[in-house]
Amino acid sequence: MSLANRAPAALYHRMVVWLLFLILLLPLAGTLLYSLSTSWSASILPDGLTFKWYLALWSDARFLNAFGQSLLVCFGALLLAVLLILPLLFVVHYHFPKLDALMNILILLPFAVPPVVSSVGLLQLYGSGPLAMTGTPWILLGCYFTIALPFMYRAITNNLQAINLPDLMDAAHLLGASSLQAALLVVLPNLRKGLMVSLFLSFSFLFGEFVFANMLVGTRYETLQVYLNNMRNSSGHFNSALVISYFFFVLIFTWAAGRLNKDKA
Amino acid sequence: MSASFEQSAKLADTTLPKAATRSRLTPRLKGKWLALLCLLPFALFFIVFQIAPLLWVAVNSLHSAEGWGLANFAKIFASKFYLQAIKHSLQIAFWSSLLGMAIAILGSYSLRQVDSKLRDFVMAFSNMTSNFAGVPLAFAFIILLGFNGALTLLLKQMGLIESFNLYSKTGLIVLYTYFQIPLGVLLLYPAFDALRQDWRESAALLGAGTWDFWRHIGLPVLTPALLGTFVILLANALGAYATVYYLTTGNFNLMPIRIAGLVSGDISLDPNLASALAMILVGLMALITLVHQLLLKRSQHVSR
Repeated sequence: MSLANRAPAALYHRMVVWLLFLILLLPLAGTLLYSLSTSWSASILPDGLTFKWYLALWSDARFLNAFGQSLLVCFGALLLAVLLILPLLFVVHYHFPKLDALMNILILLPFAVPPVVSSVGLLQLYGSGPLAMTGTPWILLGCYFTIALPFMYRAITNNLQAINLPDLMDAAHLLGASSLQAALLVVLPNLRKGLMVSLFLSFSFLFGEFVFANMLVGTRYETLQVYLNNMRNSSGHFNSALVISYFFFVLIFTWAAGRLNKDKA
Repeated sequence: MSASFEQSAKLADTTLPKAATRSRLTPRLKGKWLALLCLLPFALFFIVFQIAPLLWVAVNSLHSAEGWGLANFAKIFASKFYLQAIKHSLQIAFWSSLLGMAIAILGSYSLRQVDSKLRDFVMAFSNMTSNFAGVPLAFAFIILLGFNGALTLLLKQMGLIESFNLYSKTGLIVLYTYFQIPLGVLLLYPAFDALRQDWRESAALLGAGTWDFWRHIGLPVLTPALLGTFVILLANALGAYATVYYLTTGNFNLMPIRIAGLVSGDISLDPNLASALAMILVGLMALITLVHQLLLKRSQHVSR
């Protein structure tokens, strides 16, 4: 291809990429502008700019409460997921490699079954009886664990395959370590990075989870998303500030995961 | 460090084969029972929060006031209201997946052709916006494309549109398409790895134009990835609930909205009917996956 032929093609590709960026940016930019404007109705641009909606938001007790509860549920669920998934991964890959095929089918379930479907069963099973948990944050811990599972399982499996687990364990055994010591002191430090990346990314989508939170718990333990839904009749500017604050947190966590991932490469 | 570990392990294997295997076997056998015990907590939680609810739904979809049987399903397929929900769900999922994928194909192909700085930036941004979904996304779209949205007003003033109703089927397709794009880019960008630059040059040398290249080489090579992405996007759209719930307060007739309404609404509670509708939703997803597998087999067969 001649140079003259290539220049328009390069320009075309740059245009497409910028257009893609613009499309993805538009809703966010609109919300950001709305959250910073004094009033904005029936005109294309806002009347003036202000920070008062953010001040109002971050001094609102109900918001701070919902924000804290969201953080608590997400961190709790991630802790539970780590405690359940790490031993599972270790046992599957070290002792029963054949189970990996079964696990790969099982972890499809949280993907294939939408939260709305699970909620139907969860509401009936745990609404009363010995395991009555609907209306409490405890049920969210379990549900969020299932959401994070496929993602964490795949990410850490890739990491485990890269470090060659059986050889590492055999070497540790030869040097006199017990299986537990080897798992905690040799294998775990090698998985740190993959684990952190998957935790950051899991956090950023658990933080935005709405269906389980709204259907199973609702206002009895208000998370950020449920709060946003319940505030639908309040000022749009206030809600914009809320959406932008929420997305800012997600941004930090995805950015951190991206940085960690880059260091690994 | 791990290299030296590997070396010592290999050394042990070659010099002391018998001793090494014997000493490895006994702790491994003992460890196996302990290891199975370690799986127990995971199995417990997975059963309680994933398997049991699904089983409840599957079993109770077959149970109604008249007893066991297919009465719930018969009721759904005889009701215009529920059939409309299924139709709307399928239409919105299909069009948003198609549009989202078209944009993602153009976008990720161009992403491969621009300099790495711009590419990394837009890729990172696209990954971040994949978390901008559900309630916040619906809210952002109301600001942008609602009745008094900035973009609606702008497009109206430019005379491009007469009016835009975000709360209609078209509006929902636009909204759904937005959240399909980042997922599509994420899945399709690596797929273009399969297309090697030198194939393009070889084809050009043999006299193939751009169109010929895509028709005979590009598209056939990409077909499995495109099909796979389409299936995931379809499933993503079929199960989406939060966005449309916030946007229309549960008034738009879609399957997830109807399912949720039947278990947590104020008007008519019927968990068994909800289960049947849920099974239809899961069944549709399974059917899509099955068709995908069949098509994949065929396309592999052809390429061989």
